[in-house]
Amino acid sequence: MTMPRSTRKDIFLHLAVIAVLLAANYVLPEYHRSVFSRVLVLAVFAMGYNLLFGYTGLLSLGHAMFFAAGMYGAGLPIYHLGWNVPVSFASGIVSGALLALVIGLLALRTTGVAFMIVTMMFAQVGYLTSLFFTTWTRGEEGLVLTPAMRTLDLGGTAISLSEPSLRYLIGWALFSIVLLLSLWLVRSPFGRTLVAIRENEERMRMLGYDTFRAKLSAVVLSGTFCAGAGAAYGILFGYVGSGFASIQYSILPLLWVLAGGAATTLGPLIGTFFMFYIIDYTSGLTSAYLLLVGVALILLILFFPKGLLGTIRERWAKWLP
Amino acid sequence: MADALTISGLDAYYGEVQVLRGFELTLKKGEVLCLLGRNGAGKTTALKSIMGLVSVRAGHIIKDGKDLTKLPAHEVPKTGVAYVPQGRRLFAELTVAENLEIGLMTRGKGDVTRESVLGLFPVLRERLSQRSGTLSGGEQQMLAMARALCIEPDVLLLDEPTEGLMPSMIARIREAVAELRQRGVSTILVEQRVDAVLSLADRVAFIENGQNRETVPVEDVRADPDYVRRYVGVS
Repeated sequence: MTMPRSTRKDIFLHLAVIAVLLAANYVLPEYHRSVFSRVLVLAVFAMGYNLLFGYTGLLSLGHAMFFAAGMYGAGLPIYHLGWNVPVSFASGIVSGALLALVIGLLALRTTGVAFMIVTMMFAQVGYLTSLFFTTWTRGEEGLVLTPAMRTLDLGGTAISLSEPSLRYLIGWALFSIVLLLSLWLVRSPFGRTLVAIRENEERMRMLGYDTFRAKLSAVVLSGTFCAGAGAAYGILFGYVGSGFASIQYSILPLLWVLAGGAATTLGPLIGTFFMFYIIDYTSGLTSAYLLLVGVALILLILFFPKGLLGTIRERWAKWLP
Repeated sequence: MADALTISGLDAYYGEVQVLRGFELTLKKGEVLCLLGRNGAGKTTALKSIMGLVSVRAGHIIKDGKDLTKLPAHEVPKTGVAYVPQGRRLFAELTVAENLEIGLMTRGKGDVTRESVLGLFPVLRERLSQRSGTLSGGEQQMLAMARALCIEPDVLLLDEPTEGLMPSMIARIREAVAELRQRGVSTILVEQRVDAVLSLADRVAFIENGQNRETVPVEDVRADPDYVRRYVGVS
Protein backbone atom coordinates (compact mmCIF):
# COMPACT_ATOMS: atom_id res chain seq x y z
CA MET A 1 0.00 0.00 0.00
CA THR A 2 1.45 3.38 -0.95
CA MET A 3 0.65 6.08 1.55
CA PRO A 4 0.57 9.59 0.16
CA ARG A 5 1.66 11.24 3.41
CA SER A 6 4.99 9.46 3.39
CA THR A 7 7.23 12.29 2.24
CA ARG A 8 10.89 12.85 1.74
CA LYS A 9 10.62 15.76 4.16
CA ASP A 10 9.98 13.60 7.20
CA ILE A 11 12.68 11.07 6.27
CA PHE A 12 15.15 13.93 5.90
CA LEU A 13 14.11 15.33 9.30
CA HIS A 14 14.71 11.98 11.00
CA LEU A 15 18.08 11.51 9.34
CA ALA A 16 19.03 15.06 10.35
CA VAL A 17 18.11 14.39 13.98
CA ILE A 18 20.20 11.21 13.90
CA ALA A 19 23.15 13.10 12.39
CA VAL A 20 22.94 15.90 14.97
CA LEU A 21 22.88 13.36 17.79
CA LEU A 22 25.93 11.64 16.33
CA ALA A 23 27.78 14.94 16.13
CA ALA A 24 26.82 15.69 19.74
CA ASN A 25 29.07 12.84 20.86
CA TYR A 26 32.09 14.81 19.69
CA VAL A 27 31.17 18.29 20.90
CA LEU A 28 29.29 17.83 24.17
CA PRO A 29 31.04 18.25 27.52
CA GLU A 30 31.51 15.00 29.44
CA TYR A 31 28.58 15.54 31.80
CA HIS A 32 26.05 16.26 29.07
CA ARG A 33 27.33 13.42 26.94
CA SER A 34 26.61 11.10 29.85
CA VAL A 35 23.09 12.54 30.22
CA PHE A 36 22.50 12.21 26.47
CA SER A 37 23.61 8.56 26.59
CA ARG A 38 20.95 7.78 29.19
CA VAL A 39 18.29 9.85 27.43
CA LEU A 40 18.87 8.08 24.10
CA VAL A 41 18.35 4.67 25.70
CA LEU A 42 15.35 5.84 27.71
CA ALA A 43 13.89 7.44 24.57
CA VAL A 44 13.84 3.94 23.05
CA PHE A 45 11.77 2.89 26.09
CA ALA A 46 9.45 5.85 25.40
CA MET A 47 9.22 5.02 21.68
CA GLY A 48 8.17 1.48 22.56
CA TYR A 49 5.55 2.84 24.91
CA ASN A 50 4.38 5.34 22.28
CA LEU A 51 3.70 2.57 19.78
CA LEU A 52 1.08 1.11 22.12
CA PHE A 53 -0.24 4.25 23.77
CA GLY A 54 0.12 6.89 21.07
CA TYR A 55 -0.58 4.90 17.92
CA THR A 56 -2.79 2.04 19.14
CA GLY A 57 -4.59 3.96 21.89
CA LEU A 58 -3.92 1.40 24.63
CA LEU A 59 -2.98 3.06 27.91
CA SER A 60 -0.73 0.69 29.84
CA LEU A 61 0.51 1.35 33.35
CA GLY A 62 2.74 -1.69 33.36
CA HIS A 63 5.52 -1.08 30.88
CA ALA A 64 8.15 -1.17 33.61
CA MET A 65 7.77 -4.96 33.47
CA PHE A 66 8.96 -5.05 29.85
CA PHE A 67 11.87 -2.68 30.55
CA ALA A 68 12.80 -4.76 33.61
CA ALA A 69 12.35 -8.04 31.69
CA GLY A 70 14.93 -6.82 29.19
CA MET A 71 17.20 -5.60 31.96
CA TYR A 72 17.04 -8.81 34.01
CA GLY A 73 16.96 -10.98 30.89
CA ALA A 74 20.34 -9.52 29.96
CA GLY A 75 21.78 -8.74 33.41
CA LEU A 76 21.16 -12.03 35.22
CA PRO A 77 22.98 -14.20 32.65
CA ILE A 78 25.92 -11.79 32.59
CA TYR A 79 26.13 -11.70 36.38
CA HIS A 80 25.41 -15.31 37.26
CA LEU A 81 26.33 -17.28 34.13
CA GLY A 82 29.07 -15.15 32.66
CA TRP A 83 27.35 -14.84 29.28
CA ASN A 84 28.90 -12.41 26.81
CA VAL A 85 27.31 -9.05 25.97
CA PRO A 86 25.72 -9.73 22.55
CA VAL A 87 24.11 -12.99 23.67
CA SER A 88 22.89 -11.40 26.90
CA PHE A 89 21.45 -8.43 24.99
CA ALA A 90 19.55 -10.84 22.71
CA SER A 91 18.40 -12.77 25.77
CA GLY A 92 17.00 -9.55 27.25
CA ILE A 93 15.07 -8.75 24.08
CA VAL A 94 13.66 -12.28 23.80
CA SER A 95 12.64 -12.22 27.48
CA GLY A 96 10.70 -9.00 26.96
CA ALA A 97 9.06 -10.21 23.75
CA LEU A 98 7.89 -13.47 25.34
CA LEU A 99 6.60 -11.67 28.42
CA ALA A 100 4.76 -9.18 26.19
CA LEU A 101 3.16 -12.04 24.27
CA VAL A 102 1.86 -13.68 27.46
CA ILE A 103 0.75 -10.38 29.05
CA GLY A 104 -0.89 -9.30 25.78
CA LEU A 105 -2.88 -12.53 25.48
CA LEU A 106 -4.24 -12.00 28.99
CA ALA A 107 -4.54 -8.22 29.30
CA LEU A 108 -6.14 -7.65 25.88
CA ARG A 109 -9.20 -9.50 27.08
CA THR A 110 -9.95 -6.19 28.81
CA THR A 111 -10.26 -2.65 27.45
CA GLY A 112 -10.02 0.95 28.69
CA VAL A 113 -9.54 1.47 32.41
CA ALA A 114 -9.55 -2.27 33.05
CA PHE A 115 -6.60 -2.71 30.65
CA MET A 116 -4.72 0.02 32.52
CA ILE A 117 -5.35 -1.63 35.90
CA VAL A 118 -4.58 -5.15 34.69
CA THR A 119 -1.25 -4.10 33.16
CA MET A 120 -0.39 -2.24 36.36
CA MET A 121 -1.17 -5.34 38.44
CA PHE A 122 0.97 -7.55 36.22
CA ALA A 123 3.82 -5.06 36.53
CA GLN A 124 3.45 -5.11 40.32
CA VAL A 125 3.68 -8.90 40.22
CA GLY A 126 6.91 -8.49 38.24
CA TYR A 127 8.26 -5.96 40.73
CA LEU A 128 7.40 -8.15 43.74
CA THR A 129 8.90 -11.17 41.99
CA SER A 130 12.17 -9.31 41.57
CA LEU A 131 12.09 -8.57 45.33
CA PHE A 132 11.07 -12.13 46.24
CA PHE A 133 14.03 -13.75 44.50
CA THR A 134 16.53 -11.58 46.33
CA THR A 135 19.15 -14.33 46.26
CA TRP A 136 19.38 -13.89 42.52
CA THR A 137 18.40 -10.25 42.01
CA ARG A 138 19.59 -8.63 45.27
CA GLY A 139 16.29 -6.72 45.24
CA GLU A 140 16.42 -2.95 45.52
CA GLU A 141 20.16 -3.06 46.11
CA GLY A 142 20.52 -4.59 42.68
CA LEU A 143 23.37 -6.16 40.77
CA VAL A 144 26.37 -4.16 39.73
CA LEU A 145 27.81 -5.35 36.45
CA THR A 146 31.51 -4.62 36.64
CA PRO A 147 33.37 -3.23 33.60
CA ALA A 148 35.01 -6.64 33.18
CA MET A 149 31.59 -8.26 32.77
CA ARG A 150 30.60 -5.69 30.16
CA THR A 151 33.41 -6.11 27.73
CA LEU A 152 32.91 -6.66 24.00
CA ASP A 153 35.28 -9.12 22.44
CA LEU A 154 35.95 -8.04 18.85
CA GLY A 155 38.33 -10.51 17.22
CA GLY A 156 40.55 -10.82 20.25
CA THR A 157 40.36 -7.10 21.14
CA ALA A 158 38.47 -6.44 24.36
CA ILE A 159 36.47 -3.20 24.29
CA SER A 160 35.03 -1.88 27.52
CA LEU A 161 31.43 -0.63 27.30
CA SER A 162 32.08 1.67 30.25
CA GLU A 163 34.09 3.93 27.89
CA PRO A 164 31.86 7.08 27.60
CA SER A 165 32.16 7.66 23.85
CA LEU A 166 31.51 4.03 22.94
CA ARG A 167 28.60 3.91 25.38
CA TYR A 168 27.14 6.99 23.71
CA LEU A 169 27.59 5.53 20.23
CA ILE A 170 25.89 2.27 21.18
CA GLY A 171 22.97 4.20 22.72
CA TRP A 172 22.84 6.37 19.59
CA ALA A 173 22.88 3.33 17.29
CA LEU A 174 20.08 1.64 19.22
CA PHE A 175 18.05 4.86 19.22
CA SER A 176 18.60 5.42 15.49
CA ILE A 177 17.56 1.89 14.55
CA VAL A 178 14.40 2.04 16.68
CA LEU A 179 13.53 5.55 15.43
CA LEU A 180 13.77 4.55 11.76
CA LEU A 181 11.95 1.33 12.49
CA SER A 182 9.19 3.31 14.22
CA LEU A 183 8.91 5.69 11.26
CA TRP A 184 8.64 2.78 8.85
CA LEU A 185 6.16 0.99 11.10
CA VAL A 186 3.77 3.91 11.56
CA ARG A 187 3.86 4.63 7.82
CA SER A 188 3.21 0.99 6.93
CA PRO A 189 -0.24 -0.54 6.41
CA PHE A 190 0.17 -2.16 9.82
CA GLY A 191 0.81 1.25 11.42
CA ARG A 192 -2.23 2.80 9.76
CA THR A 193 -4.26 -0.20 10.92
CA LEU A 194 -3.20 0.51 14.51
CA VAL A 195 -4.23 4.17 14.19
CA ALA A 196 -7.57 3.13 12.74
CA ILE A 197 -8.10 0.73 15.67
CA ARG A 198 -7.33 3.60 18.03
CA GLU A 199 -9.89 5.75 16.22
CA ASN A 200 -12.68 3.18 16.07
CA GLU A 201 -12.06 -0.47 16.88
CA GLU A 202 -15.60 -1.65 16.23
CA ARG A 203 -15.52 -0.06 12.78
CA MET A 204 -12.34 -1.96 12.01
CA ARG A 205 -14.00 -5.24 12.96
CA MET A 206 -16.87 -4.28 10.66
CA LEU A 207 -14.33 -3.85 7.86
CA GLY A 208 -13.03 -7.37 8.42
CA TYR A 209 -9.99 -6.81 10.65
CA ASP A 210 -9.01 -9.16 13.45
CA THR A 211 -8.34 -6.31 15.87
CA PHE A 212 -7.24 -8.61 18.70
CA ARG A 213 -4.40 -9.95 16.59
CA ALA A 214 -3.32 -6.44 15.53
CA LYS A 215 -3.37 -5.20 19.14
CA LEU A 216 -1.45 -8.26 20.30
CA SER A 217 1.19 -7.56 17.65
CA ALA A 218 1.39 -3.98 18.93
CA VAL A 219 1.85 -5.15 22.54
CA VAL A 220 4.61 -7.56 21.51
CA LEU A 221 6.41 -4.96 19.38
CA SER A 222 6.08 -2.35 22.10
CA GLY A 223 7.31 -4.78 24.77
CA THR A 224 10.22 -5.81 22.56
CA PHE A 225 11.37 -2.20 22.04
CA CYS A 226 11.09 -1.54 25.78
CA ALA A 227 12.98 -4.72 26.60
CA GLY A 228 15.71 -3.68 24.16
CA ALA A 229 16.00 -0.40 26.03
CA GLY A 230 16.09 -2.20 29.40
CA ALA A 231 18.76 -4.65 28.25
CA ALA A 232 20.88 -1.83 26.81
CA TYR A 233 20.47 0.27 29.94
CA GLY A 234 21.63 -2.55 32.21
CA ILE A 235 24.60 -3.42 30.02
CA LEU A 236 25.72 0.15 29.26
CA PHE A 237 25.34 1.59 32.74
CA GLY A 238 26.28 -1.54 34.68
CA TYR A 239 23.36 -1.76 37.06
CA VAL A 240 20.29 -3.99 37.29
CA GLY A 241 17.87 -3.30 40.14
CA SER A 242 14.26 -3.76 41.22
CA GLY A 243 13.67 0.00 41.14
CA PHE A 244 13.40 -0.24 37.35
CA ALA A 245 10.47 -2.66 37.72
CA SER A 246 8.56 -0.33 40.06
CA ILE A 247 5.42 1.64 39.20
CA GLN A 248 7.52 4.78 38.76
CA TYR A 249 9.08 3.30 35.64
CA SER A 250 5.62 2.56 34.25
CA ILE A 251 4.53 6.17 34.72
CA LEU A 252 7.72 7.80 33.44
CA PRO A 253 7.38 6.67 29.78
CA LEU A 254 3.76 7.87 29.82
CA LEU A 255 4.97 11.25 31.06
CA TRP A 256 7.77 11.43 28.47
CA VAL A 257 5.39 10.56 25.65
CA LEU A 258 2.74 13.03 26.80
CA ALA A 259 5.32 15.81 27.19
CA GLY A 260 6.83 15.20 23.76
CA GLY A 261 3.63 14.40 21.90
CA ALA A 262 1.79 11.08 21.71
CA ALA A 263 1.64 9.45 18.28
CA THR A 264 4.60 11.44 16.98
CA THR A 265 7.81 9.59 16.11
CA LEU A 266 10.17 12.20 17.57
CA GLY A 267 7.96 13.20 20.51
CA PRO A 268 9.30 10.49 22.86
CA LEU A 269 12.87 11.77 22.37
CA ILE A 270 11.87 15.38 22.96
CA GLY A 271 9.73 14.48 25.97
CA THR A 272 12.49 12.40 27.55
CA PHE A 273 15.03 15.20 27.04
CA PHE A 274 12.60 17.78 28.40
CA MET A 275 11.78 15.83 31.57
CA PHE A 276 15.38 14.79 32.17
CA TYR A 277 16.80 18.27 31.86
CA ILE A 278 14.05 20.09 33.71
CA ILE A 279 14.52 17.80 36.71
CA ASP A 280 18.28 18.09 36.39
CA TYR A 281 18.19 21.89 36.22
CA THR A 282 15.57 22.58 38.92
CA SER A 283 17.10 20.10 41.37
CA GLY A 284 20.20 22.29 41.31
CA LEU A 285 18.13 25.32 42.31
CA THR A 286 16.11 24.06 45.25
CA SER A 287 15.30 20.93 47.21
CA ALA A 288 11.62 21.60 46.38
CA TYR A 289 12.41 21.10 42.70
CA LEU A 290 9.34 18.92 42.07
CA LEU A 291 7.23 22.01 42.71
CA LEU A 292 9.02 23.77 39.85
CA VAL A 293 8.70 20.69 37.64
CA GLY A 294 4.96 20.71 38.38
CA VAL A 295 4.69 24.36 37.33
CA ALA A 296 6.61 23.61 34.13
CA LEU A 297 4.24 20.75 33.34
CA ILE A 298 1.20 22.95 33.96
CA LEU A 299 2.62 25.56 31.56
CA LEU A 300 3.33 22.81 29.04
CA ILE A 301 -0.27 21.60 29.22
CA LEU A 302 -1.57 25.17 28.90
CA PHE A 303 0.45 26.08 25.83
CA PHE A 304 1.12 22.65 24.31
CA PRO A 305 -1.94 20.55 25.17
CA LYS A 306 -0.92 17.77 22.80
CA GLY A 307 2.68 17.73 23.97
CA LEU A 308 5.52 19.72 22.40
CA LEU A 309 5.71 18.03 19.02
CA GLY A 310 2.03 17.05 18.95
CA THR A 311 0.99 20.70 19.24
CA ILE A 312 3.61 21.85 16.75
CA ARG A 313 2.23 19.28 14.31
CA GLU A 314 -1.33 20.37 14.90
CA ARG A 315 -0.64 24.10 14.51
CA TRP A 316 2.24 24.48 12.14
CA ALA A 317 3.65 21.30 10.64
CA LYS A 318 0.89 18.87 9.71
CA TRP A 319 3.32 16.73 7.71
CA LEU A 320 5.15 15.60 10.85
CA PRO A 321 4.73 11.85 11.40
CA MET B 1 -35.02 -13.65 -8.11
CA ALA B 2 -32.58 -15.65 -5.91
CA ASP B 3 -31.95 -14.74 -2.28
CA ALA B 4 -28.86 -12.74 -1.33
CA LEU B 5 -29.46 -13.10 2.42
CA THR B 6 -32.00 -14.95 4.53
CA ILE B 7 -32.69 -14.28 8.20
CA SER B 8 -34.86 -16.74 10.11
CA GLY B 9 -36.03 -16.99 13.72
CA LEU B 10 -33.48 -14.47 14.97
CA ASP B 11 -33.40 -13.55 18.69
CA ALA B 12 -30.93 -10.71 19.40
CA TYR B 13 -30.08 -9.13 22.74
CA TYR B 14 -28.34 -6.09 24.20
CA GLY B 15 -27.11 -7.58 27.47
CA GLU B 16 -30.21 -9.22 28.92
CA VAL B 17 -32.65 -7.04 26.96
CA GLN B 18 -34.17 -8.85 23.98
CA VAL B 19 -34.50 -6.57 20.96
CA LEU B 20 -35.27 -8.93 18.07
CA ARG B 21 -37.85 -11.69 18.57
CA GLY B 22 -38.01 -14.39 15.94
CA PHE B 23 -36.97 -11.86 13.29
CA GLU B 24 -37.46 -12.96 9.69
CA LEU B 25 -36.20 -11.24 6.53
CA THR B 26 -35.26 -12.19 3.00
CA LEU B 27 -33.13 -9.96 0.80
CA LYS B 28 -33.33 -10.77 -2.90
CA LYS B 29 -30.33 -10.40 -5.20
CA GLY B 30 -29.98 -6.92 -6.69
CA GLU B 31 -32.87 -5.33 -4.78
CA VAL B 32 -33.06 -2.40 -2.37
CA LEU B 33 -35.01 -3.49 0.70
CA CYS B 34 -35.96 -0.70 3.13
CA LEU B 35 -36.58 -1.30 6.81
CA LEU B 36 -39.19 1.10 8.13
CA GLY B 37 -40.45 1.44 11.68
CA ARG B 38 -40.55 3.63 14.77
CA ASN B 39 -37.47 4.44 16.86
CA GLY B 40 -36.48 1.42 18.93
CA ALA B 41 -38.31 -1.04 16.69
CA GLY B 42 -35.10 -3.00 16.04
CA LYS B 43 -34.01 -1.81 12.57
CA THR B 44 -30.41 -0.95 13.49
CA THR B 45 -30.18 -4.06 15.68
CA ALA B 46 -31.13 -6.16 12.66
CA LEU B 47 -28.19 -4.70 10.71
CA LYS B 48 -25.82 -5.12 13.65
CA SER B 49 -26.95 -8.74 14.07
CA ILE B 50 -25.99 -9.46 10.47
CA MET B 51 -22.54 -7.99 11.18
CA GLY B 52 -22.12 -10.05 14.37
CA LEU B 53 -22.01 -6.96 16.55
CA VAL B 54 -24.81 -7.91 18.93
CA SER B 55 -25.47 -11.10 20.82
CA VAL B 56 -27.60 -13.50 18.78
CA ARG B 57 -28.99 -16.38 20.87
CA ALA B 58 -31.23 -18.09 18.33
CA GLY B 59 -31.87 -18.13 14.60
CA HIS B 60 -29.81 -18.11 11.43
CA ILE B 61 -28.49 -15.58 8.93
CA ILE B 62 -27.68 -17.44 5.74
CA LYS B 63 -25.58 -16.01 2.90
CA ASP B 64 -24.24 -18.21 0.10
CA GLY B 65 -24.98 -21.27 2.24
CA LYS B 66 -22.97 -19.93 5.20
CA ASP B 67 -24.52 -19.13 8.58
CA LEU B 68 -23.13 -15.72 9.51
CA THR B 69 -24.19 -16.13 13.17
CA LYS B 70 -21.44 -18.75 13.50
CA LEU B 71 -18.68 -16.35 12.37
CA PRO B 72 -16.72 -13.85 14.49
CA ALA B 73 -17.53 -10.22 13.60
CA HIS B 74 -14.30 -9.64 11.66
CA GLU B 75 -15.02 -12.61 9.35
CA VAL B 76 -18.44 -11.33 8.22
CA PRO B 77 -17.13 -8.62 5.83
CA LYS B 78 -14.96 -11.24 4.13
CA THR B 79 -18.18 -12.98 3.01
CA GLY B 80 -19.08 -9.83 1.03
CA VAL B 81 -21.28 -7.95 3.49
CA ALA B 82 -20.47 -4.27 4.09
CA TYR B 83 -22.02 -2.04 6.72
CA VAL B 84 -22.22 1.76 6.79
CA PRO B 85 -23.36 2.62 10.30
CA GLN B 86 -25.40 5.59 11.37
CA GLY B 87 -23.16 8.58 12.17
CA ARG B 88 -20.48 7.57 9.58
CA ARG B 89 -17.70 6.77 12.06
CA LEU B 90 -14.69 7.53 9.91
CA PHE B 91 -11.10 7.34 11.03
CA ALA B 92 -10.85 11.08 11.52
CA GLU B 93 -7.05 11.22 11.86
CA LEU B 94 -6.48 9.35 8.60
CA THR B 95 -6.69 10.93 5.16
CA VAL B 96 -9.40 10.08 2.63
CA ALA B 97 -6.90 7.91 0.73
CA GLU B 98 -5.90 6.06 3.89
CA ASN B 99 -9.53 5.44 4.84
CA LEU B 100 -10.06 3.85 1.43
CA GLU B 101 -6.86 1.81 1.72
CA ILE B 102 -8.03 0.40 5.05
CA GLY B 103 -11.14 -0.86 3.25
CA LEU B 104 -9.16 -2.18 0.29
CA MET B 105 -6.82 -4.21 2.48
CA THR B 106 -9.67 -6.49 3.60
CA ARG B 107 -11.03 -7.81 0.34
CA GLY B 108 -10.97 -5.40 -2.60
CA LYS B 109 -9.14 -5.76 -5.90
CA GLY B 110 -6.70 -2.89 -5.34
CA ASP B 111 -6.64 -0.09 -7.88
CA VAL B 112 -9.55 -1.48 -9.90
CA THR B 113 -11.86 -1.32 -6.87
CA ARG B 114 -10.46 2.05 -5.84
CA GLU B 115 -11.14 3.57 -9.26
CA SER B 116 -14.61 2.06 -9.37
CA VAL B 117 -15.45 3.54 -5.95
CA LEU B 118 -14.02 6.95 -6.81
CA GLY B 119 -16.05 6.85 -10.02
CA LEU B 120 -19.14 6.63 -7.86
CA PHE B 121 -18.06 9.55 -5.64
CA PRO B 122 -15.82 11.78 -7.82
CA VAL B 123 -15.67 14.53 -5.19
CA LEU B 124 -13.51 12.27 -3.01
CA ARG B 125 -10.82 12.19 -5.69
CA GLU B 126 -10.14 15.88 -5.04
CA ARG B 127 -9.87 15.24 -1.29
CA LEU B 128 -7.57 12.21 -1.22
CA SER B 129 -4.85 13.84 0.89
CA GLN B 130 -7.27 15.62 3.25
CA ARG B 131 -7.85 14.31 6.77
CA SER B 132 -11.30 12.78 6.80
CA GLY B 133 -12.29 14.54 10.03
CA THR B 134 -12.18 17.84 8.14
CA LEU B 135 -14.65 16.83 5.40
CA SER B 136 -18.21 18.16 5.26
CA GLY B 137 -21.02 15.92 6.54
CA GLY B 138 -22.05 14.89 3.04
CA GLU B 139 -18.49 14.14 1.99
CA GLN B 140 -18.00 12.10 5.15
CA GLN B 141 -21.08 10.06 4.32
CA MET B 142 -19.77 9.48 0.80
CA LEU B 143 -16.42 8.40 2.22
CA ALA B 144 -18.12 6.05 4.70
CA MET B 145 -20.00 4.45 1.81
CA ALA B 146 -16.92 4.43 -0.41
CA ARG B 147 -14.84 2.74 2.27
CA ALA B 148 -17.50 0.06 2.73
CA LEU B 149 -17.61 -0.48 -1.04
CA CYS B 150 -13.84 -1.03 -1.08
CA ILE B 151 -14.46 -4.56 0.17
CA GLU B 152 -16.46 -5.23 -3.04
CA PRO B 153 -19.64 -6.27 -1.22
CA ASP B 154 -22.58 -7.99 -2.83
CA VAL B 155 -24.71 -7.11 0.21
CA LEU B 156 -24.64 -3.55 1.51
CA LEU B 157 -26.22 -2.45 4.80
CA LEU B 158 -26.93 1.28 5.06
CA ASP B 159 -28.14 2.82 8.31
CA GLU B 160 -29.79 6.21 7.73
CA PRO B 161 -27.26 7.44 5.16
CA THR B 162 -29.05 10.74 4.51
CA GLU B 163 -29.50 11.76 8.14
CA GLY B 164 -28.58 15.40 8.72
CA LEU B 165 -27.44 16.10 5.16
CA MET B 166 -28.32 19.00 2.87
CA PRO B 167 -30.68 18.26 -0.07
CA SER B 168 -27.96 18.22 -2.75
CA MET B 169 -25.97 15.65 -0.78
CA ILE B 170 -29.08 13.56 -0.15
CA ALA B 171 -29.70 13.50 -3.91
CA ARG B 172 -26.09 12.36 -4.50
CA ILE B 173 -26.37 9.56 -1.95
CA ARG B 174 -29.65 8.40 -3.49
CA GLU B 175 -28.05 8.37 -6.93
CA ALA B 176 -25.24 6.26 -5.56
CA VAL B 177 -27.67 3.72 -4.06
CA ALA B 178 -29.51 3.53 -7.38
CA GLU B 179 -26.21 3.11 -9.23
CA LEU B 180 -25.20 0.28 -6.89
CA ARG B 181 -28.46 -1.50 -7.64
CA GLN B 182 -27.54 -1.27 -11.33
CA ARG B 183 -24.22 -2.91 -10.49
CA GLY B 184 -26.07 -5.80 -8.84
CA VAL B 185 -25.42 -4.94 -5.19
CA SER B 186 -28.25 -6.00 -2.87
CA THR B 187 -28.97 -3.33 -0.25
CA ILE B 188 -30.77 -3.22 3.07
CA LEU B 189 -31.52 0.41 3.83
CA VAL B 190 -32.69 1.74 7.17
CA GLU B 191 -34.29 5.09 6.50
CA GLN B 192 -36.60 7.44 8.43
CA ARG B 193 -37.41 9.61 5.41
CA VAL B 194 -40.49 8.13 3.80
CA ASP B 195 -39.88 10.01 0.52
CA ALA B 196 -36.44 8.38 0.26
CA VAL B 197 -37.93 4.96 0.93
CA LEU B 198 -40.59 5.43 -1.73
CA SER B 199 -38.12 6.62 -4.34
CA LEU B 200 -35.37 4.04 -3.71
CA ALA B 201 -36.90 0.82 -2.45
CA ASP B 202 -38.03 -2.24 -4.36
CA ARG B 203 -39.67 -3.65 -1.25
CA VAL B 204 -40.36 -2.33 2.24
CA ALA B 205 -40.21 -4.35 5.48
CA PHE B 206 -42.19 -2.89 8.37
CA ILE B 207 -40.47 -3.52 11.70
CA GLU B 208 -42.31 -3.35 15.01
CA ASN B 209 -41.32 -4.62 18.48
CA GLY B 210 -38.34 -6.53 17.14
CA GLN B 211 -40.31 -8.38 14.46
CA ASN B 212 -40.81 -8.01 10.74
CA ARG B 213 -44.60 -7.55 10.57
CA GLU B 214 -44.81 -7.67 6.79
CA THR B 215 -42.70 -7.15 3.68
CA VAL B 216 -44.49 -5.61 0.70
CA PRO B 217 -43.56 -4.21 -2.74
CA VAL B 218 -43.01 -0.46 -2.70
CA GLU B 219 -45.89 0.04 -5.14
CA ASP B 220 -48.27 -1.21 -2.45
CA VAL B 221 -46.88 1.32 0.03
CA ARG B 222 -47.25 4.12 -2.50
CA ALA B 223 -50.83 3.06 -3.21
CA ASP B 224 -51.87 2.73 0.43
CA PRO B 225 -50.62 5.47 2.82
CA ASP B 226 -52.13 3.50 5.67
CA TYR B 227 -49.00 1.28 5.77
CA VAL B 228 -46.79 4.16 6.78
CA ARG B 229 -49.40 5.59 9.13
CA ARG B 230 -49.78 2.27 10.90
CA TYR B 231 -46.12 1.39 11.38
CA VAL B 232 -44.36 4.74 11.51
CA GLY B 233 -47.10 7.00 12.79
CA VAL B 234 -46.84 9.62 10.01
CA SER B 235 -48.59 9.94 6.69
